[in-house]
Amino acid sequence: MPQDHYPVLLALGLALALGVVMLMLSALMSRRMGGRVSLDTYESGEPLLDRSHKRISVLFFLIAIDFVVFDVEAAFLYPWALVIREGGWPLFWAMMVFVGLILVGFAYIWKKGGLDLRPERQKRSLRG
Amino acid sequence: MEMAVFLLFAALALVSSLVVVLHRNPIYAVMSLVVTFVSIAVMFVLLGAPFLAAVQVLVYTGAILVLFLFVIMLLNVSGDSSRGFDLHKALAAVVAAGFALLLLTLFWGRYHGLDLSPLQESDVALKPLARALLDTYLLPFEIVGLLLLAAVTAATVLARRSQDTSS
Amino acid sequence: MDSIQPQEFLLLVPEIVLASAGMLLLLTGTLKTSNGYRLCAAISLAALALTAVLLLIQGIPGAPRVILSGMFIVDGYSFFWKLLFLVASAFTVLLSDRFLSDGGYRPAEFYSLILLATTGMLFMASGYSLLSIWISLELMALSSYILAGYFKHQTKSNEAALKYFILGALSSGILVYGISLLYGATGTIQLDELAAALPAALALETGSRLAAAGWLLLAMGLFFKVAAVPFHVWTPDVYEGAPTPVTVFLATASKAASFAILVRIFYQALPALAPDWQWITAAIAVVTMIWGNLAALTQTNVKRMLAYSSVAHAGYVLIGVLAATEDGLWAVLFYLFAYTFITIGTFGTVILLERKEYAGETYSDYAGLAQRSPFLAAMMLVFMLALTGIPPTGGFFGKIYLFAAAVESGWIWVAVVGVLTSAISLFYYIGIGVQMYLKESGDDTPSALHAPGLVGTIAVCAVITVLLGILPEPLVQFAKSSLVGLL
Repeated sequence: MPQDHYPVLLALGLALALGVVMLMLSALMSRRMGGRVSLDTYESGEPLLDRSHKRISVLFFLIAIDFVVFDVEAAFLYPWALVIREGGWPLFWAMMVFVGLILVGFAYIWKKGGLDLRPERQKRSLRG
Repeated sequence: MEMAVFLLFAALALVSSLVVVLHRNPIYAVMSLVVTFVSIAVMFVLLGAPFLAAVQVLVYTGAILVLFLFVIMLLNVSGDSSRGFDLHKALAAVVAAGFALLLLTLFWGRYHGLDLSPLQESDVALKPLARALLDTYLLPFEIVGLLLLAAVTAATVLARRSQDTSS
Repeated sequence: MDSIQPQEFLLLVPEIVLASAGMLLLLTGTLKTSNGYRLCAAISLAALALTAVLLLIQGIPGAPRVILSGMFIVDGYSFFWKLLFLVASAFTVLLSDRFLSDGGYRPAEFYSLILLATTGMLFMASGYSLLSIWISLELMALSSYILAGYFKHQTKSNEAALKYFILGALSSGILVYGISLLYGATGTIQLDELAAALPAALALETGSRLAAAGWLLLAMGLFFKVAAVPFHVWTPDVYEGAPTPVTVFLATASKAASFAILVRIFYQALPALAPDWQWITAAIAVVTMIWGNLAALTQTNVKRMLAYSSVAHAGYVLIGVLAATEDGLWAVLFYLFAYTFITIGTFGTVILLERKEYAGETYSDYAGLAQRSPFLAAMMLVFMLALTGIPPTGGFFGKIYLFAAAVESGWIWVAVVGVLTSAISLFYYIGIGVQMYLKESGDDTPSALHAPGLVGTIAVCAVITVLLGILPEPLVQFAKSSLVGLL
């Protein structure tokens, strides 16, 4: 029943309201000091070391892809958990096969160093 | 109340998806897509499919949009990409309008006695869905496992450092 | 729905074995010591052979058996295709060995993806629900995207993978959209139930509109996968840019698997719409034959020419599909069987002539081949004759059967276009023969014949091609017996 989910809606509304209130409060209560300095990232005058919008390593992308894959797997676990008691062993093994397939993928990523985010130089120096 | 919620989130979905298409900064576009997806999750709840709603939030907003952001940052797409109107955009607009028209004509008017919603609420509720997934649709479910494995392999093969590639 | 019985999984043993071998290969690839090209190729070949043996032991059941709650069917039709896929994959492995080691690319993932893609194809051949068919199609497609881009350091290969992925994902989306509309119209995705529910849905106004949109989108997706004009735009770039063994895989196993599901869906799920899809398929077939052959005429790169020729051949096969008779169907099976061996042989020869990665693919590289390597030139000539459809080759009988089936079922004009476009194709196929036998060679380097796996593959394919041209009857009987229960 959709009505059962109104609390979720309420939480969503509260979160939204909280954000709006905080933005409004800071807009109302802060003193505006115009000028070039206040537009800087660090108003204290600390110079920036680098740009924030720059290319990032492809390894982060790899992590993100793996996250999507395992997230999809996790999504399947919810309905399974709901019926495992009444379904018994066949249901258990059905999920174990699925998890097994994912674990093969996980082992592969791990052994390949897909989870190792250190820069290549550092890895090489560690290897000797 | 249900109607009010529907109208609110339907409007939100439409507006935010327009922002996705029209905003010049790709990062803002993705953020707006978050709003679209959450609105669609609410639609799912209204249709009596809370599991789909949860997956929508968990997988789409939680994982896939993060991936979108990563790709945008990886490619370092600058905000001021082509703004003008070119042939490809026109073509895309025509195709999208065509699909919208197709759907509208499909669902326009009465259903003439055909049961066009074979999914009863009892079918999309969580427990029957879980049973169907692990019994009737067991084979496709396990093939999905293989598919995910292939996806992991694929990502690793493509993204791995070139030093490892040559023997 | 009946609950699944555990013994039903016994019928899945070939698929399970193949998938497990793929995973095993993937994990051996992570061991530091196992960069052995020979070892990985041997494991894959052994796995494919074992799967074939298990399939043969399992045999064809007397009547089609639908198992796993209607997701999976075991019948003669699936048996035929599975054997063909396994053979095509095995030959792909044989062709890949030298290619991978020359480029220094890791073999474990490559072969593992080939095995996973083949597993997907086996499930496609046995798919009896639109859902299981679509998911297995995705398994095959996803693995193929990566295989097409396996030469990471080659821009051409990257381009091939990217184009294949974007257009493939788009077509998968169209396909699944069509499936969902069909489900909306009929309330089922299992093929036989769909066929039963369709007439009632078509009788209603909204139902018929939904079903029409659904099957048209579904057909679009399927035509995309078999690379029929106008859904073929990805083919030349992907076939040219992909590593040549992968091109072989796409042109044979992948194409055959797409045809396998196209035929099964059209015949088992949409018989009520037969007049409609016959007309659409006829139009697509004619455009495909004409455009594929004309475009192939203008190419200078051999792989690109073969890509367009593969498009054209998809058009010929569609002639058998639209006939909607038993004769048309076994002609389709015969043709794709023969075409698989011809194509593997052709590309095998191309691979032998290629030096590093992509060099040696233009027409002029074939100049004077008859002096440099009489064996290769003779093999290539056989394959070119077979692709044109000149006796005594399997290509000749394949085309005769297809055209005859079309004439019998009243699609004479389509058959006429087929004959005329075959005549066009003679120009570019024979163009290679002219280069090989009548032109002088630019360089005198004798071609490398030191790859026994490759040379053996080419020889076997040539023998089968000629054998099918002399003795087509056994394969015809096999194809006919495979159709029991399909119509």
